[in-house]
Amino acid sequence: MTSSTLPATAVPTKTPERRPRVSPGARRFRRGLVKLPLNVLVAVILVITIYPLFWLVISSFKTNDEFINGDAFALPSSIAWDNYIEAWTTGNMGQYFTNSAFAVFPALALIIVLGTAAGFALEVMVWKGRNGVLLAFLVGIMVPGQMILLPLFTVYFQTGLSGTLWPLIITYTAIGLPLTVFMMATFFRAIPREVFEASTLDGATIIRSFFVIGFPMVRNGIFTIALVQFFFIWNDLLIALTFTNSSDLRTIQVGLLNFTGEFGATQYGPLFAAICINVFGTLVLYLVLNQRVMKGLTAGSVKG
Amino acid sequence: MKHVLGDKRAIAILLGPALLVYTLVMLVPVIWSLGYTVFEGNAITGFTFVGVDNFVRAAGDPKVWDAVLFTVKYALVVTIGQVFIGYLMSLLYVFVLKRSSGIIRTLVFFPVVLPTVAVALLFQKMFEVAPSTGVVNTVITSFGGDSVDWFGSGANAFLVIAIMDIWRSIGFYGVLLYAGIVEIPEDTLESARLDGATGWSLVRHIVIPLSLPVLLSAIIFSINGTLKVFDSIIALTNGGPGNATSPLTLYMFQTSFSYGEYGYGSTIALLLTIICLVVTVFIFRSSRRDLTKV
Repeated sequence: MTSSTLPATAVPTKTPERRPRVSPGARRFRRGLVKLPLNVLVAVILVITIYPLFWLVISSFKTNDEFINGDAFALPSSIAWDNYIEAWTTGNMGQYFTNSAFAVFPALALIIVLGTAAGFALEVMVWKGRNGVLLAFLVGIMVPGQMILLPLFTVYFQTGLSGTLWPLIITYTAIGLPLTVFMMATFFRAIPREVFEASTLDGATIIRSFFVIGFPMVRNGIFTIALVQFFFIWNDLLIALTFTNSSDLRTIQVGLLNFTGEFGATQYGPLFAAICINVFGTLVLYLVLNQRVMKGLTAGSVKG
Repeated sequence: MKHVLGDKRAIAILLGPALLVYTLVMLVPVIWSLGYTVFEGNAITGFTFVGVDNFVRAAGDPKVWDAVLFTVKYALVVTIGQVFIGYLMSLLYVFVLKRSSGIIRTLVFFPVVLPTVAVALLFQKMFEVAPSTGVVNTVITSFGGDSVDWFGSGANAFLVIAIMDIWRSIGFYGVLLYAGIVEIPEDTLESARLDGATGWSLVRHIVIPLSLPVLLSAIIFSINGTLKVFDSIIALTNGGPGNATSPLTLYMFQTSFSYGEYGYGSTIALLLTIICLVVTVFIFRSSRRDLTKV
């Protein structure tokens, strides 16, 4: 695993092999020597993790000639945005980006509203059979997507929804619900029921108290779930590939997958620019909200 | 007071929409898909009843067995890689880097959030041999080796897929397992150290047993994810060369949408679901035995 990018790490870390044995700084030096393998190790790990991304970005500025004749490690001769313009317009990444946004955000809104309400009904409300329903939702986390593709395809085809983004919105909503319901139930568990009972004393209905008290109280959790679901849906390929039958409807993932096929196999620059455009959204989100993303994704890992 | 929280109408309004969408778009299709396994045809041409033909065909289809074999091999290799390296990372975070591990954790987590298609295309170019030599072959040739055609043989392609899927999830398993190890009480570790446990023996006798539950969930998540692998492979090799790197998910997809055989596709999907269930249950049960032993 590590051998691929190893040599690039031979650069940093001072190598103080030959220095006077007895010096005032000898102790500090020895401590540094003990720490040296550790520093090298951490440097190697970081290079392996980050260098491919760095390579992606520098490559997106290269010309085709630099790809064919130049060294893979070389920096681009100039920072020109031609590749990006090409990918965005001729390569249709702009259109795909918009399609993704129009499929992902409505689905996200539905997931949050429906999932939070269901989580509330299953955790705060007291009724017979709620554990059974929660269990039914949990089953959905395990089911592979392939198990529901064909019937859904048939229905979308027969109802004429196939030429729109609705199949994506509907399917994403349903697939996102199990995890959301499950996590929301967990968040509501932390709030004592008395809070909601008390709020209904002065005549408010329980539904009103859900919207006015419950929703705001779990807004942190809602934000985390929205973030997690965004990553799942935005990065989805299987559903998008199945239900987008025309190139006008392609999401950014499907568009990128077909990019080389449509654009010619040797158009390296635009391809790298397209990958960068694709990665950009999630990257920025992660840069701003990394702690929350890490917590959320590991908490949502049951999805597998 | 009970009646407020037991208000049937409110429950219906709050739970109804979610339950309806979930039932119609998840549960019903699962049952429907089960029904498809005894039919032949597709949404456009219509269906004919064929009984157990699809199952008989699957049992004798070498492509199914190749796909099962590939899926299991891939799941084993990548799960071991992800969880093992992830565990090493988490040990590094907790015991070596300690408080300064935050920034490293954040950086190593980076690839986790990237879209699989983007990562796969990136790796395709990194391992490319011609016409543009990627970084990997550049390194190999600079050490005097010969360029490797990474996507020319099934074994090499498998290696690239495995490397990629391990690369992009180390950060995730590192953090997941870190959360488990960091919860081990400092007192327990301290008293073990007083008893003379250091380094490997501390890990072997104290840390691993105490982090077993989280280790186990990591294995289950990983194996469930890797058995369902689809995005990475379709974008990186599209199952090739030939169908040397074609898992069940991809074979199901091609059968259904390239050849329009919904019945057979559903049968393969069912096989995949059963494998996922059996493996998860198996890990659960074998772990429970282990837990009582420890």
